[in-house]
Amino acid sequence: MDEILTILEKDARTTPEEISRMTKKSVADVKKAIKKFEQSGLIVKYKAILNKELVKEESHPVRALIEVKIAPQKDVGFDNMAERIYKFHEVVSCHLVSGTYDLLLVVEGKDLQTVARFVAEKLSPMENVRGTVTHFLLKTYKEDHDILVKPEKDKRIAIIL
Amino acid sequence: MIEISQLASTIQPSGIRKFFDLVVGMKDVISLGVGEPDFDTPWNVCESAIHSIEQGFTSYTSNKGLKELRVAISHHLRHEHKIEYDPESEMLITVGVSEAFDLAIRAIINPGDEVIIPEPSFVAYGPVVTLAGGTPVFIKTEAANGYKLSPEMIGKACTKKTKAILINYPANPTGTSYTKRELEQLNNALKKHDLTVITDEVYCALSYDMPHTPWPALNGAKSKCIYLNGFSKAYAMTGWRVGYAAAPSEVIDAMTKIHQYTMMCVSTMGQIAALEAIQNGQKAVQLMVDEYKRRRQFVITSLNEMGFECNMPEGAFYAFPSIKASGMDSAEFANYLLQEEKVAVVPGTAFGPSGEGYIRISYASSMENLKEAMLRMGKVLKKTKK
Repeated sequence: MDEILTILEKDARTTPEEISRMTKKSVADVKKAIKKFEQSGLIVKYKAILNKELVKEESHPVRALIEVKIAPQKDVGFDNMAERIYKFHEVVSCHLVSGTYDLLLVVEGKDLQTVARFVAEKLSPMENVRGTVTHFLLKTYKEDHDILVKPEKDKRIAIIL
Repeated sequence: MIEISQLASTIQPSGIRKFFDLVVGMKDVISLGVGEPDFDTPWNVCESAIHSIEQGFTSYTSNKGLKELRVAISHHLRHEHKIEYDPESEMLITVGVSEAFDLAIRAIINPGDEVIIPEPSFVAYGPVVTLAGGTPVFIKTEAANGYKLSPEMIGKACTKKTKAILINYPANPTGTSYTKRELEQLNNALKKHDLTVITDEVYCALSYDMPHTPWPALNGAKSKCIYLNGFSKAYAMTGWRVGYAAAPSEVIDAMTKIHQYTMMCVSTMGQIAALEAIQNGQKAVQLMVDEYKRRRQFVITSLNEMGFECNMPEGAFYAFPSIKASGMDSAEFANYLLQEEKVAVVPGTAFGPSGEGYIRISYASSMENLKEAMLRMGKVLKKTKK
């Protein structure tokens, strides 16, 4: 993978000037490369990773992992159904997986009932959906390589020769 | 009151102890003074040690170290470095390279023998030689030559009493390493003087611009070489204390005798962790190397831009810039930087008098810390250069 992408994937706020210093590439070249990645859709967007447990609101949104079994359709396989499902704004992510079911969704709602209703009223009744299994998330320890439960502290002695 | 031996009394405590205490006592300091990786030990390595404890692997190993580990190291040396050592007779697992160096010196040095040590260098080499009854002879290396030893320098330092030379590359504190050609030239010069070469290559995995050439791979060098390496720097395993020596069997036999009566063996879980590291740790090492390389480029570019002249170090995770532009000496500068900007670095003089005018910056620190530290250092020359 291009080194600029490696750097941005770690910290999207790294400036072109900083990337230039890390890579020996000129600032102009770095800017040009980033523009290209953005235009081609390789870089989709930049956003912050939140630890939502720390959001100070009365009710936290809940998330569930939902296994969905689907009858594949002629010519389009699973893609068509996947699209019909991921377009719901409740669906946070959607993967086609191998194994005993087909789609793995992460669904978010403001409370348990909302997610349950989404499954019962929107997802399950869809034509070609053969069955669902819902797992509510209780706690997130790690997300996208970032450990959320406790901030990592430097344990080293301040000076070592 | 117990009287201290003359030998122990000759060892001087580090002159910058006070500075260290000051750093440790201060809050919110960004420390670039740490000579160890900022990464945690890869989890598969930790997990293997935990598992070994659960399985009851808590007794001694053989004095030379776990056979599986010696075999794995031998295999690694053959495939990664093209050097051959017999795991039975030519290898010893030690408590880090520190113990390995001490054993090597004690195994070969008679009272009065001289050991050549390039300077600036890691702080332990000189005292270890002194404690063994030998005499350290320091060779001053210069920034202008990239802190490299030359055949001429070695020739000048050699006397009838010279027994051995210590070579550490990539080096702490300068990051200096050598091309194969440069090493061959040194090797040819050393052959003339019939010196034993002790090589500390603990930073070898952290070589950024060229493949690392181990000393024993040089033509005819192996029979006069004591090769030292370890797990601390490459695998982020400093606290585990596992290193090793590979050398001709007569040297390993002598080192093993001393090790057997002083250390018995390296901690068993440490050795099991090291085995996992050398067998399954290369990907983790590569990720760390890639990150160090970016940080190196960032730090050295930043330092030169702000007026602190700095060579591009070939390896390790240290920058050794000149601070002469500030008009201060090393200790003053380090103090000023700590008090005014809350950035801790090590004065170059900690590594010998030839480090005067320089500081050691460790870039084994997060990019976030490095960015902030460079901003703060940038203010120093603006303030002092009025």
